[in-house]
Formats: sequence, C-alpha cells, structure tokens
Amino acid sequence: MAVDNNTVKPDTVKLGPNGKPVRPFVMPSTLVGKLKVWRYIIYRRIVQLGSLLLFLGTVHWGWSIAGEPLLIGNLSSSTLFGIVPLADPFAVLQIFLTQHLLEQEVVIGAGIVLLIYTLLGGRVWCSWACPINMVSDLASWLRRKLSIKDSFILSRNIRYVVLALSLILSVITGIAAFEWVSPISMLHRELIFGIGMGWMAILGIFIFDLLVLRDGWCGHLCPLGAFYGVVGKVAPIRILFDTPTCTHCSECVRVCPEPKVLNFKKAAEVGMIASGDCTNCGRCITVCPENTLAFGLRVQSNISKKSSNKLESNLRRAT
Amino acid sequence: MTSKSSRREFLTRSVQGVALTATGGLVWSYLLQQQAHAAPHAIRPPGAYDEAGFNAKCIKCGQCVRDCPYDTLKLAPTGEMVAIGTPYFIPREIPCYMCEDIPCVKACPTGALDHSLEKIEESRMGLAVIDIENCLSWIGLRCEICHRVCPILDKAITIEHHPRKLSKHARFVPLVHSDACTGCGVCEKACPTEIAAIRVVQPELVQGKIGEHYRLGWKIDTPITQEFKAPKRKDGKDTPATGLDYLNQGEI
Repeated sequence: MAVDNNTVKPDTVKLGPNGKPVRPFVMPSTLVGKLKVWRYIIYRRIVQLGSLLLFLGTVHWGWSIAGEPLLIGNLSSSTLFGIVPLADPFAVLQIFLTQHLLEQEVVIGAGIVLLIYTLLGGRVWCSWACPINMVSDLASWLRRKLSIKDSFILSRNIRYVVLALSLILSVITGIAAFEWVSPISMLHRELIFGIGMGWMAILGIFIFDLLVLRDGWCGHLCPLGAFYGVVGKVAPIRILFDTPTCTHCSECVRVCPEPKVLNFKKAAEVGMIASGDCTNCGRCITVCPENTLAFGLRVQSNISKKSSNKLESNLRRAT
Repeated sequence: MTSKSSRREFLTRSVQGVALTATGGLVWSYLLQQQAHAAPHAIRPPGAYDEAGFNAKCIKCGQCVRDCPYDTLKLAPTGEMVAIGTPYFIPREIPCYMCEDIPCVKACPTGALDHSLEKIEESRMGLAVIDIENCLSWIGLRCEICHRVCPILDKAITIEHHPRKLSKHARFVPLVHSDACTGCGVCEKACPTEIAAIRVVQPELVQGKIGEHYRLGWKIDTPITQEFKAPKRKDGKDTPATGLDYLNQGEI
C-alpha cells in the first residue's frame, strides 16, 4: 500500500527528491563516533535500568532522602519521596472499569504519570521506561544480524483491538484484564519482589520477536503501547522532520521499530513524525546521514512546515 | 464484478476479524477467571476486601510488602498458587504481628486494603482452626501455647477445662472464637506440632451459618417469641403470619 514511499528510488538515479545524491549511513570507525550514534540507546538504557535500580534500592537496601524512602513500589504504582503518588494510568483505568471505588491517591498518581507521558510524547514510555523494551530491542537487533524473515504479516493496528478488549474484559470479568496478564508488570514486579515463573512470559516474547514476527509484541500486540499511542497523538515533544534535507535514503526506516510512522510524504506535509505510534526512541536521528531528523517541539514543526512549503514552491517554480 | 468480489472479501475479512477478536477475548477471559480463582485460601493483609473486590482493586505494586516491618507480606510470583502478583502471607513462616499503626493498609494506594480500618483488632485476615485430632492439648498434654501467644489474649482463644472422666484424665483445651480472632497466625507460627495443629484459613472455607430461623431461647440476648416467619414469596408479597400461632390463641 503506502510502503512505496519508503523504498529507495531506482539505482540509476541515486538522487533524492530534493535533487541531492542519496548517501548511505556509514558507521563511524572511531569509538567516540560510535558512541554518538548509540547515544540514545545509551540514554534509554540509563533511564530504564536507573529507574529499576531506584525501585530495587528502596525496597532492598533502604535508599532514602531526608528520611523519606526514595521510590517505593513498582511501575504499576509507587510513591516518590514518601509523598508523591505515581501510578500506571492504564492499570488505573482498568481498575476503574471493574466498577470498584479507588482511593484518591492512586487516581492522582495516574494523573501525574499521564501528564508526564503526554508532555514527553506518549510512547516515550515504550522506549525509555518499559523493561520489556530491553528484551524486544535485543530480539530485534539479533533478528537484523541473523536476517530472519517474518513468519506472517500481522496488522499493527491489532494492538488497538487488544486495547479495546482489555477495557471491555475489565468490565465483564471484574478484574483489570491486562494488568493480570501483563508481561510488563510481571517482569518488573518479579525483578523487584522476587522471581517466579514470569521469566517464561519474557522468554516467550523474546522468541516471538526473534523468530516469528519483527517487533511482534511491542509493535503489534501490546495494549499499553496502544494506550500511550493514543496519548502521543497530542504530545508536544515529537521528532521533527526537516523536509528539504531528506534524500529518501530510508536508513531511518531500516532501524525504526515502527517503520510505518516514517511516512516521508506525511512527514513532509507536517514537518514532523506525527503518528502517536512513534516511540521517540531516537534511533532514526542518529542514523540519518543528512541530519533531517531531530527531537523538537510540536509547535516548531509548523515553522519548519512553512519553510519547507516555501522551499517546495520555490523548487516547483524552478522546475 | 470486481466491486462485488471486493465487497465479499471485505465482509469475509470483517467476519474473520470479529471472530478472531471474540476467540481471543474468550481465551483471555478464561485465563483471567482461572487466575482470579487461583487461591481462595490465600491469607491477605489486614483490611483486604473479599477476594473478588481485592482482586479487582489490588494494583500489585508491593508498597504494602515494602512497608511491612516484619517482612510478613510477599507478592505472589507468577506460577505460585496465589493469584498473580497479589500480596499474601504464610502464617507458619512469618505471621502478622498486628502493628497498631497498620502500615500496610496506609501504604495501599488503591484502597484494596480498606483505609477505614482503624483498629487492627477489627481486621479479619482469616480464622484460626484447630485440628483436635493432632492438638497436643486436645490429646491430653499440657500445651496451650496458642492461647498464651495470642495477641487478643483470652478473647480469640480461650482454654476450657474438660474434667476427668473414667479412663480419661482432665484436659485443658483451646477454643477459637471467630468474633475476636483476626487470623494473624501468631498461634500457627507458635504451634509446636510438626505440622501446625492450629491453622489460619479463610473463614468462608470452614465457617457455617445457623440461619435466622433458629431461636436460642436460653440465651439472654435472644428475644423469646413465637412469631412465625414464612419464607419470602416469589412475587415479593408478605405472607400473613399465621402458621402455628393458633396454638397460643386458646382455642384448643
């Protein structure tokens, strides 16, 4: 269907739509250069493992600040500095749908977390906080190294069906439907409060992602990702797309865990990666040989849109 | 022709989509029901709602576990016999020592542990039950350890004297009273038998109910009345109280 936008122009031309030659991404040979390419992966791992460490340290080694425990709980719900409540808004929504009254604390916590992720970009949760991301990133990386092909094609929109199902089933069964089977909560909970059989679910995701379907769990099925995808539609922080510089080399598409969001036509129109499915992981930014992509604010995209429109009209006039 | 076949294809795909969703939903809800009923015998922290309410409200964050000063509480790991990720405790390992400030309830962000619980003595985590075939005191030895360690001393567990009979010497037997027992499990932890002869279980699993129609005439707090109450009628109307009342009308 719309995949044509992402494929490289015929070999003979080797020119981008902006008239510049298409250059492939070359991995720098120096360590500093490599680290620069890997910088967002490194930042993401620091955030993911760091938050895990804060939870672990507070429970097992009694970490505290001014006598108040640092971060009690897990990603489902926690308390920061002994007063600030935090909670997974999707879990709270499910509990709310079971028609049981909730304490104010957890509702406020869910509101705070929802606000944070709305500001930072919805699915920023997926690539910067979710512990499963490390598992699926590893599977995805191995998959690229071993060039394993997909076993079948599955619509990425299926996650929205799973999202709807988890809300409906919460009403019907009277328990938070996704929370009870969520491998995300399972992994995080067991890392902090003791290992059980949860690793089997994680292994399942790893094998599924590695051998069956690329980004099978995170990119196709996970309803939590879908939930934050909806949030991301209005998030102010987006990846900006500098249309005039793009040569359609598609290096970004190759590394993107959600390749559909890198729709060049759409990106050129709005000057950013607008889709809520974008996880703001920053992989595309560092592999782009033309520096077309960069983190920025949604409002800035309008400016770049205007300038790109001007440039496009100029080009049109020129030809 | 093409529009017809594409319409057919669209319909087929829609039906397939709906069927897939329904199948997935059914399997999923089956899994949920299985999990939710995994362990009605789990002993929950103080203030926990009934199992269904608790299962719905608990967000499995472990803040109660972290705030328990005795490391009594655990979060059920996946694959355990207790509903996934929920807090519980095993009294024989570490019982609940009934903190007066109830930190676990205060830590609960969702209210799965009822925040209106103010006195720990009013919590009902479970009910202690004595296996009288294996209880040392019931067999005839002097033990009564459960009675002595009980935090609700002489109310939750009392000692009753069974006088000497022919070929049986006197016994001092412990009895549990459900109106005072919190199910903390201190007795189960202290019980000296190889496998505890006094154990905390969920009250629903062992407790009966005599029913409202029994009149315990010899008890002071039971009003003595001959008033006959017919069962509720299907149509919801009241049955006039007749029944055996004619016995009191002086006609016979």
